[in-house]
Amino acid sequence: MSAGQISVPIVFRGPNGAAAGVGAQHSQCYAAWFAACPGLKVLTPYSSEDARGLLKAAIRDPDPVVFLENELLYGESFPVSAEVLDSSFCLPIGKAKIEREGKDVTITAYSKMVGYALKAADILAKEGISAEVINLRSIRPLDRSTINASVRKTNRLVTVEESFPQHGVGAEICTSVVEESFGYLDAPVERIAGADVPMPYAANLERMAVPQVEDIVRAAKRTCHRSVPLAATA
Amino acid sequence: MPLSRIASQSHASNLLKPLSTALSLRRSISSDSTTPLTIETSLPFTSHKCDAPPRAVDTSASELFSFFRDMATMRRMEISADSLYKAKLIRGFCHLYDGQEAVAVGMEAAITKKDAIITAYRDHCTFVGRGGTLLEVFGELMGRTCGGSKGKGGSMHLYRKQDSFYGGHGIVGAQIPLGCGLAFAQRYSKEENVTFTMYGDGAANQGQLFEALNMAALWDLPAILVCENNHYGMGTAEWRASKSPAYYKRGDYVPGLKVDGMDVLAVKQACKFAKEHALKNGPLILEMDTYRYHGHSMSDPGSTYRTRDEISGVRQERDPIERVRKLLLAHDIASEKELKDLEKQVRKDVDDAIAKAKESPMPDPSELFTHVYVKGLGAESFGADRKEVRATLP
Repeated sequence: MSAGQISVPIVFRGPNGAAAGVGAQHSQCYAAWFAACPGLKVLTPYSSEDARGLLKAAIRDPDPVVFLENELLYGESFPVSAEVLDSSFCLPIGKAKIEREGKDVTITAYSKMVGYALKAADILAKEGISAEVINLRSIRPLDRSTINASVRKTNRLVTVEESFPQHGVGAEICTSVVEESFGYLDAPVERIAGADVPMPYAANLERMAVPQVEDIVRAAKRTCHRSVPLAATA
Repeated sequence: MPLSRIASQSHASNLLKPLSTALSLRRSISSDSTTPLTIETSLPFTSHKCDAPPRAVDTSASELFSFFRDMATMRRMEISADSLYKAKLIRGFCHLYDGQEAVAVGMEAAITKKDAIITAYRDHCTFVGRGGTLLEVFGELMGRTCGGSKGKGGSMHLYRKQDSFYGGHGIVGAQIPLGCGLAFAQRYSKEENVTFTMYGDGAANQGQLFEALNMAALWDLPAILVCENNHYGMGTAEWRASKSPAYYKRGDYVPGLKVDGMDVLAVKQACKFAKEHALKNGPLILEMDTYRYHGHSMSDPGSTYRTRDEISGVRQERDPIERVRKLLLAHDIASEKELKDLEKQVRKDVDDAIAKAKESPMPDPSELFTHVYVKGLGAESFGADRKEVRATLP
């Protein structure tokens, strides 16, 4: 609006998404809301390496950055290399990381769901399906080229997110792939997301409202035309 | 003939002084007597841009007794919730109200169930004051179908519309504009009712409070903003958060009253005064000077930002239940044994409710898709795996 005269080099950081049993007003993931805004940068770290490298990059970045962490991840430990521990370690904004290479299906995820996707990949590997897990790291700008390159290799895509499905991150990724790599898709894109309801408090309902590892496994199998009949999974 | 005025001070020693006078004009008042009694509040009211109500409060033996019983029930309920949380039967957030019971109980004594109350997340006792049962509270905290919100809301989301209790809100200060809206509806419908919009000292600096207050004052809404000042917004003491911790004055052009929130009679008097004022003259702010014994929530030990001496000091000098106990004994309305027996009964009632709540089932999985809309228009909703779990919203 000021033709570049005034910039806002600020970082907003804090927990985002569901914790455990915190109810409808404290569980929403706002990644898609913030990522809809041109002018904002939106980062979603998963591991310690992400948290350290992306935060430094966010602070150094001259634009407003929304840094979405996860309360349950605060308690998780991750192995880190010496390079990560170096004081000047920085990660580029706008680049996704391939956490696990594979050739049969691409699974995109961010934040806590990356851990779930990796667990799903382990289960799928036992059944002969090699999943490539992409840790998005940056929701805006979204690393469309890494995602599309992966789908052109595997021909199948499952998007995973914790937030509500409609108009979400998965929807944007699916559109990007349909726009740029349609001919490479061998199966419809699968979308795993939070249930399309306000987050309930009761433990059993909350479990149904948040994606679980088995949901990701099931969706990946569907893309490989290896799904189990619905009745058996009830 | 009314009993002679007993000037009750906040210090325990002064409270005990009049006992000797009471003994000399000893008469037996039964605890269900409705004969009027007049008792002075512990402290005078401090007012801002209005006249303070008198310190002499009209009450009765039976009302005092009910205050004791209700506050003791609330106290026992909150302490039991603490144990249940530590036993991991309650998950997520749990914000306890013990120490502040006089505010909930005193307010109810001054109003009807047609007057509305809306509060934040420290709502278990307010819910009970409005008519909620112990079973509904424990059921909700444990996420069972017998809960007030059928287990779907949790600690911060208790409501009771039939008794004009509008919750139960997790976002700090967000209930204030809602409360002023309730008052707007009351005025619009020409009801002779008021809304008590409650918030804490932590929410007192929220911009939305002042926006809503301006509208309430502009349109003479029957809104009473009640600041439950327990002096700590989570771990931040009021002097570190507010340039002016005189919250009853923060309304500027809106009159205010500062009330000893640990004295149930003072609370009753203030709320009665506030209701009369709001119906005639528009909004008023009540600052209840109160204290919470627990930390902000169960994740907060409550001792890193205040001393244990401070907490035990308040408990000794200003505990709301002890104050009423002393009044009951001083006026010979009940004996020590009767009160101890009542407390035993309260313990039993609370334990029974917990046991019953534990037997209540968790919500049925189909409940995931209920209560999303009033009118679903046949729209579809989905579970985490949209091809596996879907439902039509009626």
